[in-house]
Amino acid sequence: MGRIRVGLLGTGNIGTDLLIKIFNKSKCLEVGMFSGIDPESEGIQRARQMGIPASADGINAILADPSIKIVFDATSAKSHYVHAPLLKEAGMIAIDLTPAAIGPYVVPAVDMNKSTMGEPNINMVTCGGQATIPMVYAVSRITEVSYSETVTTIPSKSAGPGTRANIDEFTDTTAKGAKVIGGAKLSKSIIILNPAEPPILNQHTIYVVLEQEPDQRAILASIEAMVDTVRGYVPGYRLKHPPFFDGKRVTIMVEVEGAGDFLPKYAGNLDIMTSAALAAGEAIACKMLEKGVIQ
Amino acid sequence: MDTTLRDGSHSVRHQYSADNVAKVTSALAKARIDTIEVTHGDGLGGSSIQYGFGKLSDRELLQAAKPVIGNSKLAVLLLPGIGIKEDLEMAYREGARVARICTHVTEADISAQHMDLAKKIGMEVVGFLMLAHMVEPQKVLEQAKLMESYGADVVYVVDSAGAMVPDHVRSRVSLLVSHLKVKAGFHAHNNLGLAIGNTLAAIEEGVDVVDGSLAGMGAGAGNTPTEVLVAVLDKMGYETGVDLYAIMDAAEDVVRPLMQRPQVIDKSALSIGYAGVYSSFLLHTARAAEKYKLDPRDILIELGKRKVVGGQEDMIVDVALELTRAR
Repeated sequence: MGRIRVGLLGTGNIGTDLLIKIFNKSKCLEVGMFSGIDPESEGIQRARQMGIPASADGINAILADPSIKIVFDATSAKSHYVHAPLLKEAGMIAIDLTPAAIGPYVVPAVDMNKSTMGEPNINMVTCGGQATIPMVYAVSRITEVSYSETVTTIPSKSAGPGTRANIDEFTDTTAKGAKVIGGAKLSKSIIILNPAEPPILNQHTIYVVLEQEPDQRAILASIEAMVDTVRGYVPGYRLKHPPFFDGKRVTIMVEVEGAGDFLPKYAGNLDIMTSAALAAGEAIACKMLEKGVIQ
Repeated sequence: MDTTLRDGSHSVRHQYSADNVAKVTSALAKARIDTIEVTHGDGLGGSSIQYGFGKLSDRELLQAAKPVIGNSKLAVLLLPGIGIKEDLEMAYREGARVARICTHVTEADISAQHMDLAKKIGMEVVGFLMLAHMVEPQKVLEQAKLMESYGADVVYVVDSAGAMVPDHVRSRVSLLVSHLKVKAGFHAHNNLGLAIGNTLAAIEEGVDVVDGSLAGMGAGAGNTPTEVLVAVLDKMGYETGVDLYAIMDAAEDVVRPLMQRPQVIDKSALSIGYAGVYSSFLLHTARAAEKYKLDPRDILIELGKRKVVGGQEDMIVDVALELTRAR
């Protein structure tokens, strides 16, 4: 079976981790071009060492190769607004790893098939969203959720310039994702950077407020099942404590230990993002191959 | 700058009423305080499960203060990650002209977009480097320079945990004073009983702006009591511009009656200063300690060991659960 050629835009931490994941683990994808804007970037040098075409010519290097069918954009929200129409015109499917969110949100654990098929641009929400939305959904599929509030804490070392320039976009997109995909009527998102050494693990607290008194057993079972689903593509995802109830509010605390493919294990926030993007890209590509897309 | 109506909000679990806000604001304005900060304790957007819901929204707080603020300037606080740029725009529309943007002492760069916007819309920008005791003075300066580059008009060394002793204050403030082109500020907490002393040390090192709170009303053991600071500075020959009798009246007659708990250095507040933990954790920790039948000091010391930063109130419960499991 052949593979679908993909482009990776953005040669920073997220782009490089994705490069290595696709190289090592992917069944249906192969990287046709790894491109960014910084010629000094370590990512570009690494890609070249791996024998993968790399460039500092940004999106142009990707658009120049019409055999590329899917493009992962790990640059920034601002840049993605520029890239999206260009990719659409070139007929390349865009998987957006920035908070730009031009296309629909995709959280693989929730319902990948419905939302990935046929869309020219899909958005991976945020790293916080990938970790917290499954939990909000786990509750909302059992009972109505009036409000969800998520607190995402990431180790400072794993927050690159892209994240730091996009704090507002992060909270906005994560909160929206919690409503649209997670099923909460209202939502709030908070993000905190912690510079402690040794670096803390990526952690999330999800508060979910219910319309009615909870069926605790059903909700707990749903949460456990969802944790298992996420672990299917992010093995380091786990509950820190059993979720607990306080009247109509349930508190869920998760931590995400990264796989350590490229980034250190404490960068679970980046790992969940790349793992989710890979899962989405894989699903689209495998479907394309099934249908017999010419490469 | 007075922060009774912002840091003090922590002390009343963010339950200030419109009447409280109006009375305190008028009293401060009457005493000729330069800048009056009015916001949820955790800044714009802080009203939440994590930090506690406010009785009033940020807009309502500002609407209660603006009509009676006289010639004093209205300030708001914002922590990137909690509040967003739109919140600053709302605050401006409600009359705020000073934006105090806070980050953890090592994370100044997350405030660039907020400082940029605040300056664009015509606000004075004050940068807050929180928990400044946690890193070396050189690091504080490095981050202060970043804030200066984003447009901050003042950069504060913030002793959020009330963990500094005067020498810590001197070493940080003096670096900022000698290397920044913009003004330097200092914000104290009284968990080790050093708020006034630390503030004096900062002033001796050349700081331009300091914070106070009426009757010390603020997180943890509270802030530097504004009325006490004014009296002290008066005695030392400084020109404060503040009416001493009026500020004393403000503290005694307006603020003391609305206090829900005394601003004292009890075991927990002292532990906060000792462990170097964010002052606003005080009441949240008391609640967790009661719920899980623990000594609050054990929770606070562990939080200090983990080097938890401001905003991480959820870690209080995390630690409590772990301590319970270990028992």
